[in-house]
Formats: sequence, C-alpha cells, structure tokens
Amino acid sequence: MKQTVLVAVGVVIALIGASCSSNSGTSEEVVLMTHESFAVSDGVLEAFTEQTGITVTVLRSADAGTMVSQAVLTKDHPVADVMYGIDNTFLGRAIDQDLFLPHRAAAIDTVPESYRDPEDRVTPIDFGDVCLNVDPVGLADRGLASPSSIADLADPEYRGTLVVEDPSTSSPGLAFLLTTIVTFGEGGDYPWQAYWRDLVENDVRIVAGWDQAYYGEFSGGSGEGERPIVVSYATSPAAEVYFGELDEAPTAIVDDGCFRQVEYAGVLAGTEAEAAAGRLVDFLLEQTFQEDIPLNMFVFPANRETPFPDLFTTYARSPSNPIVMDPSFIGENRERWLGEWATVVR
Amino acid sequence: MRSRRSLLLLAAIPVAYLTYFFVYPLVTILATGLLPNGRFATSAFVDVIADPAMRSVAWFTLWQAVVSTVLTIILGLPGAYVFARYRFPGRSLLRSLTLVPFVLPTIVVGVAFLSFLGPGSPLGLDLRGSIWAILIAHVFYNLAIIIRGVGVFWEQIDPKIEEAARTLGAGRIRVLREITLPLLRPAILSSAALVFLFTFTSFGVILILGDLRHTTLEVEIWRQATAFLRLDLAAALAVLQLAGVTAILLLYGRARKRETGDLPLLPPAEVARRPRTAGERLLVAGTLAMLLAIVVTPLAVLVSRSLSTADGIGLANYVHLINPPRASALFVSPFDAIRNSLGFALPAVVIAGTIGLLSATVIVSGRGRGGGVFDTMLMLPLGTSAVTIGFGFLVALDRPFDLRSSLLLIPIAHSLVAIPFVVRSTVPVMDAVQHRLREAALVLGASPRRAWREIDLPLVARALAVGALFAFAISIGEFGATSFIVRPSTTTIPIAIFRLLGRPGTFGEAMAMAVVLMVITAVAALGIEAIRGNRTGGV
Repeated sequence: MKQTVLVAVGVVIALIGASCSSNSGTSEEVVLMTHESFAVSDGVLEAFTEQTGITVTVLRSADAGTMVSQAVLTKDHPVADVMYGIDNTFLGRAIDQDLFLPHRAAAIDTVPESYRDPEDRVTPIDFGDVCLNVDPVGLADRGLASPSSIADLADPEYRGTLVVEDPSTSSPGLAFLLTTIVTFGEGGDYPWQAYWRDLVENDVRIVAGWDQAYYGEFSGGSGEGERPIVVSYATSPAAEVYFGELDEAPTAIVDDGCFRQVEYAGVLAGTEAEAAAGRLVDFLLEQTFQEDIPLNMFVFPANRETPFPDLFTTYARSPSNPIVMDPSFIGENRERWLGEWATVVR
Repeated sequence: MRSRRSLLLLAAIPVAYLTYFFVYPLVTILATGLLPNGRFATSAFVDVIADPAMRSVAWFTLWQAVVSTVLTIILGLPGAYVFARYRFPGRSLLRSLTLVPFVLPTIVVGVAFLSFLGPGSPLGLDLRGSIWAILIAHVFYNLAIIIRGVGVFWEQIDPKIEEAARTLGAGRIRVLREITLPLLRPAILSSAALVFLFTFTSFGVILILGDLRHTTLEVEIWRQATAFLRLDLAAALAVLQLAGVTAILLLYGRARKRETGDLPLLPPAEVARRPRTAGERLLVAGTLAMLLAIVVTPLAVLVSRSLSTADGIGLANYVHLINPPRASALFVSPFDAIRNSLGFALPAVVIAGTIGLLSATVIVSGRGRGGGVFDTMLMLPLGTSAVTIGFGFLVALDRPFDLRSSLLLIPIAHSLVAIPFVVRSTVPVMDAVQHRLREAALVLGASPRRAWREIDLPLVARALAVGALFAFAISIGEFGATSFIVRPSTTTIPIAIFRLLGRPGTFGEAMAMAVVLMVITAVAALGIEAIRGNRTGGV
C-alpha cells in the first residue's frame, strides 16, 4: 500500500510540474480563447509568430455562450488575452460586463460600417448567415415548391416539413427566433408569438442542436431524416459540395428570413499583454488569416478586400437582405424573448 | 484492523485530492453564483422554487432517474448472471461489447436510436420526444454498470450454496429470492447507486431524445449558465441538484449498513461452466437475445452507417479519415485523436485507480469510524453537474498554481467521475475479504498475510481491473465536463466526432470515427478480460 501511495504522489507531482513548465516560455505569448468550431490551417498562426515574435496558444471552449460565461467568471484574472468567436447574439452581455479593452484594429477600415462597434471594444472578423435550407427533391415529392418567405411555413401546405433548433440551446436556433421577431414584430395583429403558435400547430420539429436538426431530421444533402426544410447556414450547400466531393449542390437556401451572424474578436480586460493581444486582433483581420477563414469555418471574411474562394462564389449564395440586429438590443431582450418563446411552444 | 492513526494517514491523500479538486471548486463557484455582491442571493432560490416549470423539471429529473435505474437493474441482472456463471462461445467479445455504449457520444447514439425509434422506424414506433426513448437510451448506456459491477461479485459467490439449498428442496425462485439476491445485495446497491447518479444528471440523452417538457436539472443548469448567462439561477439549481443527490446517497448509505458481508467468495473462473440443461440453455439464449437487441443492434447500425457511402457499401469514410479529400483544418487525423485520447485516459486511470483504491481501503477499514461519510462524499462528483465542475475549476484553480488552462485538468475531471467506479467495484469485495482475513486468523490459524496474498489479492485485483476499465471508458468517452473546461487545442476522439458532425457533408466520417472509438473500447475491455483470465488461471 505504501508503494501505491508513493506512486500516486509521484504522479501528481510530475503532472503538476509538467503543467507548470509548459507555461513558462521565454518569448512573448498570447492566449487566444475561442469556441469549438475554430479551425485554422497549419502555418497561419506560425506566420504571426514569425512576423511578431509572439507565440499563440489556443484555448477552446464549447460554444459562444459557454465561452462568454467563462470569461465573465474569470474577468479579474482572465485565462486568455484575446477572445475570438463571440457573435452578435452574445455580444451585448459581454459588453455590459466590460469584458473587453478598446482596440482599433489596423485594418478596421476594410470592414463594413454596420458590423463595427462604435467604441472599438470588439473587432468584426467574419460573418455568416443563418438561413432556411431546403431539400428540393423532398419538397417535390410532396408536391411543394420552395417557400418564398418564412411566413409560408405557417401555411398548412407546409405542415410537417420544418425542423428548427431550440434557441436556448443552439446558436442558429436563436438566430431564427430573432429573425421571426424582426419579421413579425412584437405587437400588431400577427406578432412573432402568433407565428410560432402557427408553426407549432403546423407540426414544427424542435431539436436541441444543429447537428441533430441537419443530420437527424433534414432529408436533403447528407441529412438522414425526413423533413425537407431546416434552419442551417447559407454556406451549407457549399459545404455539401466541398466535403461530399459533388459537382452540384444537393440543397438550396431560401433567400428570405436570413439572419446575419457577425463574429468578433476582442482584447480581454485584465490581460497582462495588452499590446501583444492587440497585435493578434490586428492579425485576425489581415489577409493571411482572413483568406484561411472560408474553407475552414465556412463563414465569410469580414475584410472586404479578401477574395472569396471559387467554391463560395459558385455555391454559397449570399442572401440579398439578411437581418442585421443591434447586439445591445439583442442583449437587452434575449432572456425575455427566450422565456416567451418557451411558453409559446411548450 | 488498522490503527486509527494509520487510517487517518491513508485517508489524507484521497481527502486532500477531493477537497482541492472537487469541494473547493464547487464551493467557490456556488459562492460566486449565490453571493454576487457579497450578499446571499435569496431571490435566486425563490425564483427557482416558486417557478412551477422548475419544480416540474426537478420532479422529472428524480422520477426518470428512479425508473431508469430500476429498468437497468431488471434488464442487467440476467446479463450479469449469465456472464458470471456460464461459458459459451463469444462470451468475452459480447461482454466487451456491452461496455461500448458507455463511451459513445450521445449524438451518435441518437442517430442509431432514431433509425429504430424515429419516423422511419422499421418497427413502426416513433418514440421521439417520448419518455420511452429516454428510458431505453439510459438502459443502453448503463447496462454495463450492472453487468460488470454485479457480475464481478456474482462470479465469486460459491454456487455450492445455491446447490445446497436446491438439494434441500428449495425452488429456483426461492433460492434466488432468499439466497442469491441477499448475497448480491451490496453489489446491486453499489451499481444501482452509480446508475442512479448517471441518470439523475443525464444531459446528452435528454437534449437529443427529450423535448422541452422532458428536461433535467442538469440541462437546465447548463441552459441558465450558458444561454441565459444567469449564474445565480444556475447555482441555485446546482444546490437543488446536490441536495437531491445527497439525500439519495444518505438513503443508499442506510440501506448499505444492513449488509451482511459474510460472503463465501471463491477465486474467480472456477465457477463459470457450460450451460447443461435445456433450461439453462434457454436462459443463456434468452439473455443473449436481449443483449443483442438492446446493445448490439444500435452498435451495428452505427457500423453500417460508417460503411455506407455515395457509391454503396465501402470503406471510403475510413479512407477519408486518414486521407481527407479536401485539405481542411477541420479534419483531425484519427491517429492524433487516438493518441490524444489515450494521453488523457492513461493518467485518468492511474489517478482514479490510486485514489480509488486508497479510498476503498479507508472505507472498508473505517466502517463505523466515518468511513461511510467518506464513501458518500466520494460519490458526490458523479451527481454534480458538469457545468458546475467545469466552471468551478475556472474560478478556483488559479492559485497557487494556475491550473485553469493546464492539460492536467482533463484527466483530473475524468478521475472525479471515475473514482466512484473504482470504489464501488472494489469495496464489496474488500469487505468480504476483510471478514475472511479475520476468520482465517482466528479459526485456521493461517497467516492473514498469506491468505491476503494468495487468495484475496487476486480477488481485489479483479475488482480493481473492472474499476480501471470503467475509468478508462469514462475518460475516453467523456465529453460533458471536458467541454466546460477551457482547454488547450487537443482533439480527442469524441471532440473529433463532434467537429465532423458540426458541418454538412461529413456525417459518414463522423460515424467512422465513432466506430474507431467503439473498437478501442472493445479492445481495452477484451484486454482486461485477457489479463484477468491469465491471472486467475484461464477463462
């Protein structure tokens, strides 16, 4: 038994030692906190190190909501210097909590004005659209055309065709809820709550996450389910082409009712490496990183000067009038909307 | 009997470990949530208790866990018996397969289940959103806990006792009720407690197979903490969850006190034999058929999905895993994922095995001297929500060493879940051994040391092997707690699956990666069986 004890103590000491020594590099280091979907090609972050002498350590969190909660909890003693991947649906809360130090990115003028934070607390890095995706074959089998607006979905014709994600557990789900709130409004004859009641009446299927909606319930593309309409992304048809090695997109988007998600990066307040952190935010908006974004994360680079890859220009149709919402407006009302939504659909 | 002093010394290590890595983070995060401005946020509790929706979540959490546990015991006991008592072709393989569900990510299991119990069900049963889908999934996940946890004990009970009773005229049912089940009681209680804690804190199964009406405290804590960013409500719910778990564990502690402990244990592998009579063959066949239906069929669905490609049946998805058709940073080499997963699993097994064995020794020697309280405390991490533990690490572990972004936190988080498994599988056997040691010393005059080394150590080693196997499975499949730790960019197999399922067009690759996880788990389980077999003279 004594031996076991000694071994245990030895293991614990060795592990603690290993974990401490790994953090004591000599060169300057910044820690980047991001979500699970973050992906970057080999050599991109290394290029930053070559340029600046600063090494980047990437820390992952589950999703944007978890990441923001984690940053709020560690506000006084942050685990990271830069956060990347917080989107406009969570930004309001993060701003309220003063999570970020203002930083004016070197290339900020290349970013459309409407995405920018007037006080430069966060820098837009990429954007994408949450749109309805349709399975043309599945719709044709039912004798239906692709819906022309989200209002069509409440039509009894489209009964049992739609699958959406729960807005309290999924980011595209929240984007779709916000779309309906903007489209139908909060007052008037037919507010968003009435629309959702009709959706429920029309047998909408609500699932927890995107993967379950797309793979489990959607019938188009690589989906394995039965429903021909799903809340997904404008780039999903392009991703089908890319990963499925196809020549033609098996699915299409509905142009109406798309919600624009903008993802930001910001220097976390409490960092001890503010200058280096700012330098990393600059880099995220430079061509090297921006060009790498589309095929890794299937979103669009925020820097207007970055060309889109052919795949995107051919297969990823950008919606004509996506809904752009003010992050602080979302932040102020999100909790109330989610609560009301839950009472409507329950 | 150990002296009080050496017992305390022995207890110091596990107590220190759990205090620093569980109690301290837990208390810190709850304090952060409930004392936002240094004052107790009574309103959070009032909000939670006054909200009928929350009350119904609490009630659902409790009753579905009770029903899931009872169902798992009922369906698991025949399996435990058949594997413990009979030899038949494919026994090791099948027993190894029963562990596989334990490691599979819920989204993957959801896919398999929905193909049977979804809209396209060949059985014509669409159970989506019904309580049955949840209960069946819980049985699927936790069956291995009963089969192994009770089985390891069952195979060491001398069948001669039952035979003697039969000779004296007792019917099968009567023998089962009056002899076998009372003997097995400690092991059943132990395993049931684990199943209960797992299902009480069920997360992925509920998200995927449940709906808005069927949700657990675990899901609600997560929703409050990450979607609503209401850390006060999340903390209040976490307190409620902990209170429930503690109450149940206290009941369990009381039930366990009535254990007899006087068990005639046999060295393993002498008990199992081929089924002889028609009745025995029927029992074995029936149990195997049930296991095939509940466990093997969903696994087979996943394998077949991984083999289905655009051009029919083929290995394209596996080839794509190793050699992706498109250069994308999204893809992770399966070899890297396997290496990373093993890199976390091995330290997790070492930590859980060491701390677990020390704890079991303390519990067994400390009966009546606080061992029971200690036992209950060890089980608590299993009944604590993953968000609470993950966020607790974040707020508590920054001083004196900043461990918050250390790779070490991952095996530590896994070990918190795994330690109860090591403890639960070793304590019943060690209890029995304890009695024997005394008997051997008193009656036969044999040296207790020799009895320990030659008979009891192998028994404990077998139980420890089962615990270590579960620790390995927990670590290699764990996704919940890990996802709430801010962690360095290391991709494990479950994370690779999750990422492949995060984009359109890579479903087949995700299934292939899930099969990789299944194979590793089955191989580990077979390996443990082989080691156990060798040590005890062959299966």
